[in-house]
Amino acid sequence: MKKMTGAFLAALVTTTYAIAEPVDDTLVVNEDIAIVTRTAAPAHMADAVDEVMSGWLFRGSETRDMQRDDFDNPGMIFVEKAEEAWNTAEGSEGKSCASCHNGSDSMAGVRPVYPKWNEAAGEVRTLEMQINDCRETRMGAEPWKYTGGDMANMTALLASVSRGLPVNVAIDGPAQSTWEQGREMYYARTGQLELSCANCHEDNYGNMIRADHLSQGQINGFPTYRLKNTKLNSVHARFKGCVRDTRAETYKPGSADFVALELYVASRGNGLSVEGPSVRN
Amino acid sequence: MQFTRRSAILAGAGAFMVAGLPLRAATKADEVIAAFTGGAQIGAGDITLTAPEIAENGNTVPIEVSSNSAVEILVLAMGNPTPNVATFKFGKLAASRAASTRIRLAGTQDVLAIAKLEDGSFVQASSTVKVTIGGCGG
Amino acid sequence: MASGVKPRVKVPKSAAAGEAITIKTLISHKMESGQRKDGDGNVIPRSIINRFTCEFNGESVIDVVLEPAISTNPYLEFAATVPEAGEFKFTWYDDDGSVYETAKKIAIG
Repeated sequence: MKKMTGAFLAALVTTTYAIAEPVDDTLVVNEDIAIVTRTAAPAHMADAVDEVMSGWLFRGSETRDMQRDDFDNPGMIFVEKAEEAWNTAEGSEGKSCASCHNGSDSMAGVRPVYPKWNEAAGEVRTLEMQINDCRETRMGAEPWKYTGGDMANMTALLASVSRGLPVNVAIDGPAQSTWEQGREMYYARTGQLELSCANCHEDNYGNMIRADHLSQGQINGFPTYRLKNTKLNSVHARFKGCVRDTRAETYKPGSADFVALELYVASRGNGLSVEGPSVRN
Repeated sequence: MQFTRRSAILAGAGAFMVAGLPLRAATKADEVIAAFTGGAQIGAGDITLTAPEIAENGNTVPIEVSSNSAVEILVLAMGNPTPNVATFKFGKLAASRAASTRIRLAGTQDVLAIAKLEDGSFVQASSTVKVTIGGCGG
Repeated sequence: MASGVKPRVKVPKSAAAGEAITIKTLISHKMESGQRKDGDGNVIPRSIINRFTCEFNGESVIDVVLEPAISTNPYLEFAATVPEAGEFKFTWYDDDGSVYETAKKIAIG
């Protein structure tokens, strides 16, 4: 069920192209890892949409093809860089990631459940926060910039070893209030254009907003290599871009607000496969 | 900034320069082509250029050139400020006279491939690529 | 040397004698075109990979001139004939004089 909301958006959408639905295509990476790119919407979204879809389905054929093979996927360059960092000792403790976690493939299953409640810290934490906690507490190293290159590379490595596993973030228990805050943000109109996340990504996915094909705004493919800026883009950096496009003051990457929004948006993709690093336009 | 007579003149000059750009680029492309062919006639024939009809982003556009008998293939983007893209020279152990790469296109334009064949003749193929400009800067 | 430059190549481990194989190469490089300006309006100087070569046992497979219109992280795909066991040598030439090399062995069988 889709309805047009927002006079501005309505004008944008209706004055350009006809509806361009997501393609009917399947993604298998390296002829090996089957990726679930569309599946039944999680129960909490029952009133909104029937099916959740990866942003991959909304991209052109050349862009989709780049993700079918690790060699063709430029995002994998950064995974290789992170693999080196994984095995390199840093900080006052003389430890690398591998000192505690062994091979990076041992982290399979971690990406799908983040953001996740951390009992000791009493907060919901993103993968980036957990990585920096490891760096500071276990390695005695400087934390990485939240949306910086080193961090994006490492999250790409951790996503890559979980590719094909279903996103499965917990939204109940101690995480519930954070999740509810995120949901509130998702539906709140913001900025001079008075657009909510839902106006574009729930009410109008599949439609063209000028020359852009609107997706559901799923984050199962993050970090994502964008052809536009030819680098890995983290979830919070993308959120910031979206919020800015509504002509609002944005939240800070790594802020409690974006952590809550990330948990909620991740939960809208529960059941889709982890795809990162994905390739988008 | 105040809009003075001087700035209006400058803006006008800027517009003229922008308008003049395609002409300059075309001239530049002619020079590059002449340098490649030595002024020889360019026909149609054994050269295929594969490029998307619509590129999602002009920053990364996949293209492929292929031929059965090319020794060298020149690729030009006719609408770029500098038209040169790449020149592929096939060696003794090239299993096919074909190559793929990813290129930058400044906007909707024609991409041109000119092949020098084994018999010394030149053939060309071109393809128009529409480059879309997305609404979401992100 | 430009920072963070890392070549990658994909070559099969073995082939039949005389077989045609597909080779893919990619090198992480910003390919600064020389067309862009920084925040202060100054032109950012051109810094690109300007040439790529692939040889097998000293014999040329392909020799490519790259221009600023080649995308960031230059990608090239082509086919090579493998007459005998040996080694592919890949070389990328940077505007700044740096040369990046990598090699891959291939067996017959």
